[in-house]
Amino acid sequence: MTGKRIGMEVSIAAAEAVKMANADCIAAYPITPQTHIVEHLSELVADGELDAEFIPVESEHSALSVCAGTSAVGARTYTATSAQGLALMNEILFIVSAMRLPVVMTVANRALSGPLSIWNDHSDIMAARDCGWIQIFTENIQDVFDQSICAFKIAEDRRVLMPTIVNLDGFTLSHVVEPIEFPSQEMINGFLPPYRPLYTLHPDKPLTMGAFGMPEIFSEARKAQDVALRNSYPVILEVWKEWGELTGRRYQPVEKYRMEEAKIALLTMGSFSEVAEEAVDRMREKGTAVGLLKLRLWRPFPFDEIRQSTKGLEMLVIMDRALSTGGVGGPVCSEIKSVLYHQTKAPKIASFIVGLGGRDVPPEQFEEMVERALKMKGKKKIEDFTTVGIRG
Amino acid sequence: MAKPIDQFSWQDIPLGCVVDEPGNARAYKTGDWKSQRPSVDTTKCIKCGVCWVFCPDAAIYKTEDGYFFANLDYCKGCGICARECWTGCITMVEEEK
Repeated sequence: MTGKRIGMEVSIAAAEAVKMANADCIAAYPITPQTHIVEHLSELVADGELDAEFIPVESEHSALSVCAGTSAVGARTYTATSAQGLALMNEILFIVSAMRLPVVMTVANRALSGPLSIWNDHSDIMAARDCGWIQIFTENIQDVFDQSICAFKIAEDRRVLMPTIVNLDGFTLSHVVEPIEFPSQEMINGFLPPYRPLYTLHPDKPLTMGAFGMPEIFSEARKAQDVALRNSYPVILEVWKEWGELTGRRYQPVEKYRMEEAKIALLTMGSFSEVAEEAVDRMREKGTAVGLLKLRLWRPFPFDEIRQSTKGLEMLVIMDRALSTGGVGGPVCSEIKSVLYHQTKAPKIASFIVGLGGRDVPPEQFEEMVERALKMKGKKKIEDFTTVGIRG
Repeated sequence: MAKPIDQFSWQDIPLGCVVDEPGNARAYKTGDWKSQRPSVDTTKCIKCGVCWVFCPDAAIYKTEDGYFFANLDYCKGCGICARECWTGCITMVEEEK
């Protein structure tokens, strides 16, 4: 299938990426809210196409706990989950990152219940925002494949050694068929070296991982972890640059679409970006100076790129796929507002909460948001956030 | 290598807080927070060593004349030795006494 564009379900492509990355161990809870990713991986292992241990466990808490163990002994480790599954992993998410274990995980983003939902939004990953993992968002199948391969290289780099989450929109991406072009196995083997851990659990050289930290040392440990996550930033850029040179597909922490001469810009994350592109095209035809910023890298947060790419804008329209109930509205918007607070000429910001729990957002609604934002521009007081497409 | 934990800067912390020097807990007095400590009545002690076997922290040592005592720098005061002692020669006493 090398070099040819074929149609494939996005979940299957994510699993194929893990196969081509030659993962050593996959631990996963195979039942709802799981996707076809681990189902296909279990088939690949059972059919002998991937030489790996596939460990089905009794919960996502156990899945990530197994991943911590296998990563600690030096295995290239992968898992995937969604929504309630990610919530159940929450405790271990923080432990894996504090132990600097380069586990790679796909999260098919779905709403956290309730009401009970299995559909797409970003409330699962936003609830795990501060877990210390590198967090990347994707907008189509090719993205998902490319970022899954890059994730292993980034996570396992000796300068990084951080677990990495590749986010893809549940259903909107995970369960649809899209066109993809696979690179050759030789190319991936050349790009992704075998994992060489710095520390491993081995009887020949006993060591302790996950020791406890007294109040005298805990703050220093957290500071060290935070600095390490921030320091992964240049390595991420380096890996994406190398991938771009090999494939021609170049990724950036903040990607721009039709931002030339733009006075107003939409800002999206995930698969909404492609619909937003269509809306931007339509509005540009009508003469509105609108562009699109696509936030790909969520952690470490791209501070400078956000400041640079919003320069000269009069209005920034930020779409959040999660609602911080009783709080400041959308998590993406609140972070971008924080980043721009000290800028002398920051754009005005309109914050919209859209597409919760699988609610579709057609291009017309993106246009509506821009129109509403343009009306807000002249007003003295702008609402902290507002919702779109909610009846009543 | 082991130094007091309040002397580590954040830059000194090994990657992932790994402790790559086995047994360095010995360098820290890990038992300074106990509320009770074992007290041994050697007249009742039969030198069987069951307390030494059961101590979860390996804090009990054997003296040259064959008796067993807890190193109070590491003993956490859990009382397992007193519970397991066949002759009842170990009693737990309040730390402040």
